[in-house]
Amino acid sequence: MALFFTQLLTGIQNGAVYASLAIALVLIFRTTGILNFAQGEMALFSTYLLWKFTDSGLTVWLAIIITMAISFVGGALIERVVIRPVEQSSALVIVIVTIGLFLAINSLAQVIYGSGQRAVPTFYPHHIWRPGGVIISSDTLVLVGVLAIECLLLFLLLQRTKLGLAFRGVSGNAESSRLLGVPVGRILMVGWGLSAAVGALAGAMAIPTTAGLVPSSMQQILVFAFAAAAIGGFDSVVGAVVGGIIVGVADALTIGYVNALHGIDLVVPFGLILLVLLFRPAGLFGSTHVERV
Amino acid sequence: MTLLEVEQLTGGYGAVRVLYGLDFVVDAGEVVVILGANGAGKTTTLRALSGSLDAKGHVRFDGRDILHRRTEQIAAAGVAHVPQGRGTITDLTVDENLRLGAYTRRDRDVDTDIETWYAVFPRLADRRGQLAGSMSGGEQQMLAIARAMMARPKLVLLDEPSLGLAPIITQELFRTLGALNREQGISMLVVEQNASLALAIANRGYVLETGSIVVAGSADELGSNDDVRKAYLGF
Repeated sequence: MALFFTQLLTGIQNGAVYASLAIALVLIFRTTGILNFAQGEMALFSTYLLWKFTDSGLTVWLAIIITMAISFVGGALIERVVIRPVEQSSALVIVIVTIGLFLAINSLAQVIYGSGQRAVPTFYPHHIWRPGGVIISSDTLVLVGVLAIECLLLFLLLQRTKLGLAFRGVSGNAESSRLLGVPVGRILMVGWGLSAAVGALAGAMAIPTTAGLVPSSMQQILVFAFAAAAIGGFDSVVGAVVGGIIVGVADALTIGYVNALHGIDLVVPFGLILLVLLFRPAGLFGSTHVERV
Repeated sequence: MTLLEVEQLTGGYGAVRVLYGLDFVVDAGEVVVILGANGAGKTTTLRALSGSLDAKGHVRFDGRDILHRRTEQIAAAGVAHVPQGRGTITDLTVDENLRLGAYTRRDRDVDTDIETWYAVFPRLADRRGQLAGSMSGGEQQMLAIARAMMARPKLVLLDEPSLGLAPIITQELFRTLGALNREQGISMLVVEQNASLALAIANRGYVLETGSIVVAGSADELGSNDDVRKAYLGF
């Protein structure tokens, strides 16, 4: 039983990271209908910035906030400079552009920061409790707390502010929002910026609990995040969170109990994506558009 | 006073030219109707005015040239375009749709205005928390009009408001539009296939045929013009 709860908690902790990156995917998908394959590498670059700041002696939590702010600007610029020119193109063109971004950002990170392992510190003291053999790490508690605060802030932004209303308007019907005077281009930039900042937070959550930052750090996390978003439904923030936790827990329990899958646990997210696509193609919380006319 | 002055408006979609040099005006406080068959260029005309497609010519609105402005700037200048098919945002609630309609405003009277429009359209008030997509076509058309009015526009462009609505709903809708014009002095440019209803609330009208204006006159003149009657009124 101790193994079960330990793995469950590990799963929830990893799930919080997947959820955070999945939220970043959802924010872009909702406004632009684009699956951003570069999301993980954008977060990777942000995390290198975070490392650079902490390495030069900045307090970790302050470095995280500054990194998120820079990532916001970077994400908005990527929308304006790279995505806007191909916005009207076919889905295939846009997918290839985001894959190009993936490679470009990853290479840029290697050129600037090298391929060595960089340790990013946590902003909280590390501690482990062992009640009745169950391992509870402070990582788990903090990451779940960070995810909860992130969700609360996003909820307030999207549901309670004029910017959030415009964001949801553009997600629902960009053409019609434009006729109401909503500057759609600027809202899309905000969407990408927000997504990049949320992704940066995912990186800042994930990397300090691992051995260190390397250029491939975010790639497996992105696969899990895609699985999370697919399970939750690509247009639902709540779905991304639930999907993230499901993927994290399923993966951790598989590793804990099925020795045969050790090391090839990517089978789990792909298996889950397959199941969801078979039985509920829009995801658990995704909307299939039903409309009376 | 001239509110909207259009001269030599041409435009279309890519290489396909739809409008061949239109001239027309809308005075402040007027309802002007544009009649025409399918494909005559009615929707294209409105889209050109709201900056939704590339057009050439001169469009002066409220003393300013608006032809080459962006759609959101034209909206902010006071032109509210209710597109064909209503354009309500189906996954926002009725209330949120109305709030979004006030996006260009910076004043604090938005809540008061929302209540005002709920009083004009009581059926929307009953459904304020409901998703717009769950409402009937007539209710969504009312929402689209109320939402356009939330911007406190100087001119409302209405594209086929009767499209897909039951006759009794259409009549109610045009009664409301007529009342809005008479009581609040809201200027409207209406594109409509239901000519008799549109002419009943209009001051003047134009008939559009394959991208050119072929007849212009007061609503009464158009209503008694033999060609117009045969082609658009059916008697």
